[in-house]
Amino acid sequence: MFSIELLRDAVVLGVLLGCFYAAVSIGLSISFGLLDVPQVAHPAFLVLASYGVFWLNDTYDIDPLLAGLLITPLFFVLGLITYRLYHETFERRGSDAAVRGIAFFFGVAFIIEVLIILQFGVDQRSVTASYIGKAWRIGDLRIPIRQLVAFAVALGLTVLLATYLSKTFMGRAIRAVAQDEGGLRLMGANPVRIKQFAFGIATAVLGMAGALLIIVALVDPTLDRVYIGRTFCVVVMAGLGSISGTLIAAIILGVAESIVLTMFGASWAPAISFALLLGVLAVRPQGLLGR
Amino acid sequence: MNRRTMIGWVAAVVALGFASVASAEEPPIKIGMSMPQTGALAGGGKASLLGIEIWRDDVNARGGLLGRKVELVVYDDKSSASETPALYAKLLDVDKVDLLFAPYGTVPTAPIMPLVKQRGLLLMGNFSFQVNSKIHHDMWFNNAPWGPADSWATGFLMLGQKAGGKTMALLSADQEFAQNLATTAREVAKKLNIPILFDQAYPPSTAEFSSIIRALNAAKPDIVFVASYPPDSAAILRAVNEIGVGDNVKIFGGAMVGLQFAQVMENMGSLLNGVVNYNTWLPEPSMYFDGTKEFFDKYTKRAVEAKVDPLGYYIAPYGYAMGQMIEQAVNATKSFDQKGIAKYLHANTMKTIVGPISYADDGEWKQSATLEAQFRGIKDKNMDQFRQPGKQVILFPDNLKTGELVAPFEAAR
Amino acid sequence: MQRSSIIFWFGAGMFLIAMLLMTQFIRNEYPFFAGYVILQFVVLSVAWTILGGYAGYVNFGTNAFFGVGVYSAVLLIRAFEAPLGVQIALAALVGGLLGLGVGLLTLRMRGIFFSIATIALAIIIETSITNWRFVGGAAGIQLQRPPVMQPFDTYVKMLFFVQALLVVIAIAIARFIQNSRIGRGLHALRDDELAAECTGVPTLRLKLLACVVSGALMSAAGAPAALYVQFANPDSAFDLNYSVSVLAMSLIGGTAHWIGPVLGAILLSTTQQLLTVTISSEVNVLVLGVMLVLFVVAAPKGILGLVRRKARKADAA
Repeated sequence: MFSIELLRDAVVLGVLLGCFYAAVSIGLSISFGLLDVPQVAHPAFLVLASYGVFWLNDTYDIDPLLAGLLITPLFFVLGLITYRLYHETFERRGSDAAVRGIAFFFGVAFIIEVLIILQFGVDQRSVTASYIGKAWRIGDLRIPIRQLVAFAVALGLTVLLATYLSKTFMGRAIRAVAQDEGGLRLMGANPVRIKQFAFGIATAVLGMAGALLIIVALVDPTLDRVYIGRTFCVVVMAGLGSISGTLIAAIILGVAESIVLTMFGASWAPAISFALLLGVLAVRPQGLLGR
Repeated sequence: MNRRTMIGWVAAVVALGFASVASAEEPPIKIGMSMPQTGALAGGGKASLLGIEIWRDDVNARGGLLGRKVELVVYDDKSSASETPALYAKLLDVDKVDLLFAPYGTVPTAPIMPLVKQRGLLLMGNFSFQVNSKIHHDMWFNNAPWGPADSWATGFLMLGQKAGGKTMALLSADQEFAQNLATTAREVAKKLNIPILFDQAYPPSTAEFSSIIRALNAAKPDIVFVASYPPDSAAILRAVNEIGVGDNVKIFGGAMVGLQFAQVMENMGSLLNGVVNYNTWLPEPSMYFDGTKEFFDKYTKRAVEAKVDPLGYYIAPYGYAMGQMIEQAVNATKSFDQKGIAKYLHANTMKTIVGPISYADDGEWKQSATLEAQFRGIKDKNMDQFRQPGKQVILFPDNLKTGELVAPFEAAR
Repeated sequence: MQRSSIIFWFGAGMFLIAMLLMTQFIRNEYPFFAGYVILQFVVLSVAWTILGGYAGYVNFGTNAFFGVGVYSAVLLIRAFEAPLGVQIALAALVGGLLGLGVGLLTLRMRGIFFSIATIALAIIIETSITNWRFVGGAAGIQLQRPPVMQPFDTYVKMLFFVQALLVVIAIAIARFIQNSRIGRGLHALRDDELAAECTGVPTLRLKLLACVVSGALMSAAGAPAALYVQFANPDSAFDLNYSVSVLAMSLIGGTAHWIGPVLGAILLSTTQQLLTVTISSEVNVLVLGVMLVLFVVAAPKGILGLVRRKARKADAA
């Protein structure tokens, strides 16, 4: 059942969906893309942030976006600590570290999952805000406002981070350490400190991303398993180290999923996203905009 | 005190000692089960278990079954089919339980059906759907009010037809329960001559339903039957509110799992208005039987610390009913012989807190008591409103009805 | 034959005889249910180590191979009522082909890219099976067991013994690879793929071989599960837990020698079985997470590494 309106709507909704995927993956494009840390627990941290936002919203009636901002500094510190732990245990000890790093983060993800269950129970949670449940109408096109919020936040985060990494001193130090750690050391800077800071930022971003997650969808403690595939898919397809690439890759993914959901049979949607990933990797192993 | 008196006292004490030991000598009657306490079915599993535990405490306060205290042996099957064979083997061969209850849900229950049939054991079913339809075990009794498989779809589609609906859309999750329901929906639609204009199954990991609802809209159906799971049900409702389903939709809902859970209902608030959905028990006047109110008083107190569904309408009372049925059968046959109990359950109508239950040959209820109810006047962020009658008006079946359908869908919101 | 081979085959033979005797003399069925699961994980972990340990290519798609094994069996049962041996053989064939496909597709990918590609493939395969009505699709399918063969008196005991046979086969293959030129080649490519290529090691061919063998064994381990559970649905067959557990078991045991995954699987799987019938709640998942983190942090080469360290200290003393 094909109609031009349907396609148009599918694309618009897909772009918005893609921005949502971008927002939840940006942190990973720093921690995994730039720093080569196999942060499999990224979605678990994301869900943890969502629960933090939920708790603030439920107990104190704080708007979810504001709550996201409030927990951002907490997550920055969490990132610092996690990186220090990871570095001391893995990056120092040499070979085999990659596999063990993955296993470590899997373990961390599980532990976070269980802690959330013990504290909040297994039921799903969501937040309430004035903009959830309403839509913006343009002609006969209806766009859910919460998707627009996701779009705005994702765009904002991407621009903010891209600017930070290219214009500020610390940002450029981070890019330098990703490209040539040895060279940076020779210049007198401490690469470990820089990486730790970068990882802190990557985790801090999850504060806002977690707020977005619980605005757009409902969360339950095991949601992280669904997002491991998605976020890594976006980051790898984007090309490691490219922040703007993350947005583009995520939008492509979102549009592809949306079109398949609308027009070709929803059951195949997950397969399409990953087939896309494999296709990109087979043709351009460094990703769309990778280094 | 002289020696004779002392011997007298000692004798009395010893006699008392023997007496108390003798009465405590009766071994407890063990009921074994696995229950999903982690994984996708945990929400329902934990509520069900609490219902069963309340029954155990009640029956033990009355002296137990035939003088023996009831003891529950429960393992967590993690909502997975691969865990239950080993767990039920342990229950039977190591723990040597006397009676078996099934876990909550079809997926963990399906693997043990061949086992209980082969060994000729009684199994009290717990909210599974059509799990006995191929096995044909005659000692299986489902506690869920489904009755015949097409009861949902029939109730819902007939309501839609009565309101003037001529075409339908079918949206279902790509998962066990929803797919089985979707199949029945297609059959009933054919019988009632309702063409299906939109028929989609979506993957369980779908986060966002705007696109799908948009496509559903484009088909312009009159009746929308949705078979979805808790994560998606809420997301679908949101999308419906934002994108809209179209003004000609007479009735929306049907088989959305999750809209029966307190947390979800509270979260969704006014988004629920107008939706006609299935349920099992509701605080409507037609649904109160002997002991129902007392059960919910006890449940509400214990639910909060047990971190389970605070309302507990959907599943917990049926767990209690499982115990009640066993109790009545055991008391009537004066034994724990499983074949005798099964015969009794097939031949009689049991009185429970969810109403009278009588069984057909396949172990499902003879008469379906699956409710289709419409949400009315729901406000945001208020859980207690759901304890009042009139918030979910029962439209079907006729013997439990408390109101009429308000159509079209958009008008009821 | 070398002395170590004689010891190995003698040990394997004793193991099989012990398993057989167990089935004949133990009445209680529960140990066989639990034992089946433990043996299954031994096979999966050994199979995983061939690619992940020897070659260093971390496969996250164990659940895909396992699920493919389950559904190959389902297909054969539904279409031909084929006997168990045929189910396993076909599953191994399909698993091997799948492994070949994975290998070819990821030829140019290294390290984490390979791992992510395996995740992608797992999801694609699971989605495809979910859409295949003949094997039950999302709703799942209930399966009927055929009558059990002599000398076993229940089907589960037979499955238990079959899985024990698979354990011996898997270990024998892993041992053969480990001690041969193939093993040395894999080791070289694990340490430094570029250097290995430069010294003439046929890395591509070895990688493909490891993928095929690993995949075939994993799927073979999955085939009997269809009749063990007597019910198959995509959610259970493709459960992510298989991927994570097997990864954990191999790492905890140590990936340098085939004994590592065997030890890791026995330790972790037994612990999980015990926990399921004792604590029985979320704490079960917590234990997996904590064990994983502890071992990975404190014992980088797994149990094997700890043992070797102790042995070296004893030597030096």
